[in-house]
Amino acid sequence: MAQSGLARNEQVSGWLFIMPALVLLGLFMIYPILWSLWMSFQVGRGMAFSFGGLTNIIRLTQDPVFIRALTNTLIFLAIQVPIMLILALLFANALNDSKLWGRGLFRTAIFLPCVTSLVAYSVVFKSMFAQDGVINQFLMFAHIIASPIPWLADPFWAKVVVISAITWRWTGYNMIFYLAAMQNIDRSIYEAAKIDGVPAWARFWYITVPMLKPVILFTTVISTIGTLQLFDEPNLLTQGGPSDSTLTLSLYIYNLSFKFMPSFGYASTVSYVIVVLVGILSLIQFLLAREKRA
Amino acid sequence: MSNPLALLGRVATYLLLIVAAIISVFPFFWMAVGATNISADIIKGKASPGGALIQNLSVFFNSVDMPRILFNSFLIAGLGTALTLLISSLAGYGFEIFRSKFRERIFGGLLLMLSVPFAALMIPLFIMMANFKMINTYQAIILPTVASIFIIFYFRQATKAFPHELRDAARIDGLKEWQIFLYVYMPVMRSTYAAATIIVFMANWNNYLWPLIVLQTNEMKTLTLVVAGLTSAYTPDFGVVMVGAIFATLPTLVIFFLLQRRFVEGMLGAVK
Repeated sequence: MAQSGLARNEQVSGWLFIMPALVLLGLFMIYPILWSLWMSFQVGRGMAFSFGGLTNIIRLTQDPVFIRALTNTLIFLAIQVPIMLILALLFANALNDSKLWGRGLFRTAIFLPCVTSLVAYSVVFKSMFAQDGVINQFLMFAHIIASPIPWLADPFWAKVVVISAITWRWTGYNMIFYLAAMQNIDRSIYEAAKIDGVPAWARFWYITVPMLKPVILFTTVISTIGTLQLFDEPNLLTQGGPSDSTLTLSLYIYNLSFKFMPSFGYASTVSYVIVVLVGILSLIQFLLAREKRA
Repeated sequence: MSNPLALLGRVATYLLLIVAAIISVFPFFWMAVGATNISADIIKGKASPGGALIQNLSVFFNSVDMPRILFNSFLIAGLGTALTLLISSLAGYGFEIFRSKFRERIFGGLLLMLSVPFAALMIPLFIMMANFKMINTYQAIILPTVASIFIIFYFRQATKAFPHELRDAARIDGLKEWQIFLYVYMPVMRSTYAAATIIVFMANWNNYLWPLIVLQTNEMKTLTLVVAGLTSAYTPDFGVVMVGAIFATLPTLVIFFLLQRRFVEGMLGAVK
């Protein structure tokens, strides 16, 4: 009797503790995500909707701006994420040496970009990459280039700036995850390998990297999700230009919804492209993780 | 150091780290120097301090209602953080302490939604806020962020280390469940709260896209929006922009240097 009273009490408490969060998540996450699924089949401008069936999906395939935004987003993903994660791994490996001089100093310096606000660092980068700006001055001074690069005015270089900016901001963040994981690896494995004459690069490649696989996977997933939603940097550095060369899917959704006469329906369809991409890529990464365990 | 190859590797390592450190720190230096230069010098790459600091500051304070903007930023970030910690830690605690099959299923569902992109939520959220007549209000910014799946998960993980004996002892003393949470759990878990405070505050302080959509008049804007607004002019005054960027970075920079270890713990927390 007392037992069942206690159990009932546990049940009630369990619901009470999670209820506020569930209500809020229902209202501000589950309801909106379903609503935008419904909306992705609606056509019309402003608040006048009508059911359009597959109209929006057909429009996607014929919309050159969407194709460009999708391509740009995937280019950012395919180039930026690997560069950043490899750099983070290299830095973490270098900093994992307890005999390294100035270890704390280097770690703090490389982590420092993570504390800046996205807006602040974007505007700082914008000034650095100006036509006669400090980056061009330096590269010309070092005789790496002969004439200034039109960083923000050229479609190719604008992408380079956006990729450099994101890499600058997030490499230290990923490095911290790798460092923490490396410190959990048993030192004696390295000692044994060292005695057997295994060179440093092989210790890194055959011991460190396999041991870090779960963390590498985790950082790949969060970086992928982050890059697929990229908005702040391109909006502040280039506004998606020049000629849409840095337009991302999120930026396009924003432009469709809030810049001109809103077409919420079509914008929702584009937003579901991100949902589907995140879903597919997460699934692939999840399957890879599972394969590793088996 | 008998092996020349090892020596070479060592030199390469230091070189790599020194270059990385310089690149990482340079924009901070650039921001500080830029605040003392006029715009024309900044975009010409002048890397030495100039005499325009006072001028940049006065232009900034003349064009921005700083007390009001700071009030907006701190209110949104502060209140948002407090509510997020309360609501999400309650849920994290609830999921971990009171387990049932049904609630585990809900939790699994929440984890799946962890990767729902904000881009897919913002249009319905905007229409919803418009229907609630909440466009251009603080609550429109704060409410959607308060129940954070990530922070719920973070607290659930941390709660696994909360000693069961403490809860049992408190129950024997006749404390109710909410009293146990308030008087036993919260004080014991204060370092978890501290780490979570830092990450949530930073996310709120730096939030750009959602405030950009919702906050529409100048007197409601946050510092992040104001700094972004200063750069979107056709010919931005970069000296003034740098002053704004410094103010926008300062709070998180100060938190970082005061609580460096907590800061890193907070970021790592959810993976363990």
